[in-house]
Amino acid sequence: MTASQPPMHPTRSFQGLILALHAFWADKGCVVLQPYDMEVGAGTFHPATTLRSLGPKPWNAAYVQPSRRPKDGRYGENPNRLQHYYQYQVILKPNPPNLQELYLASLEAIGIDPLLHDIRFVEDDWESPTLGAWGLGWECWCDGMEVSQFTYFQQVCGIECAPVSGELTYGLERLAMYVQGVDNVYNLNFNGREGAEKVTYGDVFLQAEQEYSRYNFEYADTAMLLRHFDDAEKECVALLAAGAPRGGSGLHKCVLPAYDQCIKASHVFNLLDARGVISVTERQSYILRVRDLAKACGEAFLLTEAGGAAA
Amino acid sequence: MPDLLLELRCEEIPARMQRKAAGDLKKLVTDGLVEAGLTYEAAREYWTPRRLALDVRGVTARSKDVREERKGPRTDAPEKAIEGFLRAAGLASVDEAETRTDPKKGAFYVAVIEKPGRAADEIVAELMPGLIRNFPWPKSMRWGAASARPGALRWVRPLQSILCTFGPETEEPVVVDFEVDGLHASNVTYGHRFHAPDPITVRRFDDYVAALEVARVVLDAERRKKIIEADAANLAFAAGLDIVADEGLLDEVSGLVEWPVVLMGAFEQDFLDIPPEIVRLTIRANQKCFVTRPQGEAENLSNRFVLVANIEARDGGAEIAHGNAKVVRARLSDAVHFWKTDQADLPDLAGLEASAQKFGLDLKKPLDQRMARLDRLGVTFHAKLGTQGQRVARVARLAEELAPAVGADAGLARRAAVLAKADLQTEVVGEFPELQGAMGCKYAEFQGEDPAVAAAIEAHYRPLGPSDVVPAEPVSIAVALADKLDMLTGFWAIDEKPTGSKDPYALRRAALGVIRIVVENGVRLSLLDAWHHNWLEHARQTFDASIHDLFDTVQRLRTTLRPANLAAVFEEVGESMDTDIHNRAPEIAETLSQRETDLLTFFHDRLKVYLRDQGARHDLIDAVITPETDDLFLIVRRVEALGALLDNEDGQNLLAGTRRAANILAAEEKKGTAVAGSVDAALFAESEERALFDAVAAAEAEAATALTDQDYQAAMRALAGLRGPVDAFFDKVLVNAEDEAVRANRLALLARIRAATGQVADFSRIAG
Repeated sequence: MTASQPPMHPTRSFQGLILALHAFWADKGCVVLQPYDMEVGAGTFHPATTLRSLGPKPWNAAYVQPSRRPKDGRYGENPNRLQHYYQYQVILKPNPPNLQELYLASLEAIGIDPLLHDIRFVEDDWESPTLGAWGLGWECWCDGMEVSQFTYFQQVCGIECAPVSGELTYGLERLAMYVQGVDNVYNLNFNGREGAEKVTYGDVFLQAEQEYSRYNFEYADTAMLLRHFDDAEKECVALLAAGAPRGGSGLHKCVLPAYDQCIKASHVFNLLDARGVISVTERQSYILRVRDLAKACGEAFLLTEAGGAAA
Repeated sequence: MPDLLLELRCEEIPARMQRKAAGDLKKLVTDGLVEAGLTYEAAREYWTPRRLALDVRGVTARSKDVREERKGPRTDAPEKAIEGFLRAAGLASVDEAETRTDPKKGAFYVAVIEKPGRAADEIVAELMPGLIRNFPWPKSMRWGAASARPGALRWVRPLQSILCTFGPETEEPVVVDFEVDGLHASNVTYGHRFHAPDPITVRRFDDYVAALEVARVVLDAERRKKIIEADAANLAFAAGLDIVADEGLLDEVSGLVEWPVVLMGAFEQDFLDIPPEIVRLTIRANQKCFVTRPQGEAENLSNRFVLVANIEARDGGAEIAHGNAKVVRARLSDAVHFWKTDQADLPDLAGLEASAQKFGLDLKKPLDQRMARLDRLGVTFHAKLGTQGQRVARVARLAEELAPAVGADAGLARRAAVLAKADLQTEVVGEFPELQGAMGCKYAEFQGEDPAVAAAIEAHYRPLGPSDVVPAEPVSIAVALADKLDMLTGFWAIDEKPTGSKDPYALRRAALGVIRIVVENGVRLSLLDAWHHNWLEHARQTFDASIHDLFDTVQRLRTTLRPANLAAVFEEVGESMDTDIHNRAPEIAETLSQRETDLLTFFHDRLKVYLRDQGARHDLIDAVITPETDDLFLIVRRVEALGALLDNEDGQNLLAGTRRAANILAAEEKKGTAVAGSVDAALFAESEERALFDAVAAAEAEAATALTDQDYQAAMRALAGLRGPVDAFFDKVLVNAEDEAVRANRLALLARIRAATGQVADFSRIAG
């Protein structure tokens, strides 16, 4: 918040905040991954979380995930709502016994002092109907603002988690607005410089928010999207069938590409939903179709080496 | 005697579960102790967001030795029998059994089973693991490395530590030694997450509470509540404000903190332009903060709110208050946005004309637009009872029909009913469903509706409970009655009435609402006539379409249908229709009349409950009604009049005399004794007979006139006059005369008494 800090200090720049979280979690032994190169609604959809939370193998990872929620587009006019934003995602399997302490330490690392700010864990049971997943945990509040979600996964892709993973999801824009003391997301300092060198969040994303809002609500070709949904669904099922274990090997050979198609279907559904072409009753059936794909991918993943199956 | 201290410390427990969990812990532990043969003097449970604690005082140190003798078979019994006995008693061979002799039974075996008493801490150690594993959390979870194994421990959130000490006040307590899924009980706990991260060693409850207090944890939730309440009041007072009391919020907030610190924040004065309820609910629901109002102000809020933090911040809480105010501001901006959106045109007015036409809506007005959209979207009210639009249409027609009876303008009643549900389509009600009605009223005022219409939109949901205000304004009465009667007839027609404790649609409340509105406003209404149209409308939906012709024809007849004549009307109409429909008509009529009678009976039962709650004599209802009595206000008036009659001596004696007459008649009728068809004055032998005969005739006539005028008190007075002649008759006249004709005539006279009083009430149904 203070200009006396260096530009990459988490309270001065958006990118500094991300780098501080990377440094913190890398130091705790996480593999620091790059974003999943598909359109997703949240960091949870990254296969590094969805699929890796299945099976017995330990797994610790941290990454930024660009997340898209077409319905939340506001043409760049709302200071708090975006159809594209960043989540910082940490997945630890099994969850270490001191996960709450680690989380609080990560907040300190980005400049939130727990003896100056009121940090609270407020009940929030997480559920993703499209992923067939649920867990118990909290919304984490900082001075009354929800800054993170904290979940102990109990089930993913309809499969019981054994062991349970701990998932931390930080809302990066909100956190940055908080530590920078900024009221409008577009005014966030992105690069930590001042004057002519300063680049704001708006400089980077405002145009995108306007264009995507038009696309999401007005321009998207719904007939084409409906076809894409069907295609992705078919391809997912076909890939899972093609890679299914046969002959001597009990391993599944094609889960990740199939999962890509499941995620594609999920995003197309979100777009169709934003365009308002899905009725209340249809909505449920689309969610179930995606969930079936996710479940099939999860089950197939358990038949791979990363999923803990023996070759 | 020793005390037991137990603490289960875990990650943040949802506020709504804490109190019950602590209570469950107390019950399970104390029940377990008692079951194992221990006693205790007192037990009290405590909870914070991060711990459940239990303080059990005066536990017996050991359970008593138990010696049990079990008689076995005779020593010469078959081997099988002896083997069975040994197995059941847990003995290895007959050598371990005693042999006793008894003059009757001879020599037989006795197993002596001695259970030595056990130390209380052993009992606790054995009890706890199972209790923790099977703790009744509403929702529980697994965690950590242990969750890879089946049967892993489940808890509401990860269980961090178990503290369990036991010992008398005069000695060093021991740690009760047990383990659950790798977690060992100890005498160590931790205080406030941020203020006191170091371990605390505990001996017993007193030093435990004191040490926690030092470590910034107030263990007792009641004390946390009191601190919050007092500090909030002081803080507000110092700023010239009062806290808007909110017990539910206070409860919740006290479950979110271990060390309550009350702070005050502010938002821009401009936000107070929206209704105070929206401001309050926005701040409460999203931020769990209290709102304030200037001292002496009844409704308007101030721009200050009070929040409860969990730390004593280094800067005195300035950052915390500032941060919370930012979030409150963002939420209030959303609320303002909702509030303004609701008063602006909908973006898509194009498709709404048909709905507007149907309800006579003016699409230039915001609330009319919302109603049109409610209809247009086909929002379901209930799968079997159609859409909200259909329901509004039924309620509007009924409200219009009821208007004259309650003194309301029919046009206004209709208009109010048409707009009554429009606010379900507003943004504010979407966000805060509890504001339904209230928002509709506000928006109606803004678009210039008649004040009676605006008021009725809010009041038509009332009364919401036994202590809620009953609508008194005629338009409100019409819409409130129509709304409730439509709902009740609907759910009865589809046979989804309340059972036991299950009443998901709050139908009991709706029926009580009808009763209170009718009785407290003195509304004269025949329920069967009032709901007739809605009843048939709902009822026809419960049958397949092939039967709708039958209903159409019945409805066109405009006959006054009653449960009793339904069968005849359906049968008659069915005759003109094809065989299939004709054949089904009786069964349909039967179902309908049975369900409709059932609904009326439900009203009678609710009325009894209502009268009982009012301290009135509910048993008198049975005396004044038949299964088809459907004017609730009239029932109440008759009950009152009958009660007044029975309150004086004449009434009591008349009751006794009438009962005597009825009993004699019943007994003779049973025996088959002849009763004359009418009284023959020529057969009178005593003057009391004639006097009674004349008095009955006069009272009967007088009561009948009074009843026609619905003057129940006059009817009762007329009957009360019978007391003297009836008493004199029973004093002087022997009913059971030798002469058969005289006897039959006297019995006929008794029948006249029964008939005369029966006009007003069935005296045989009166209790006591």
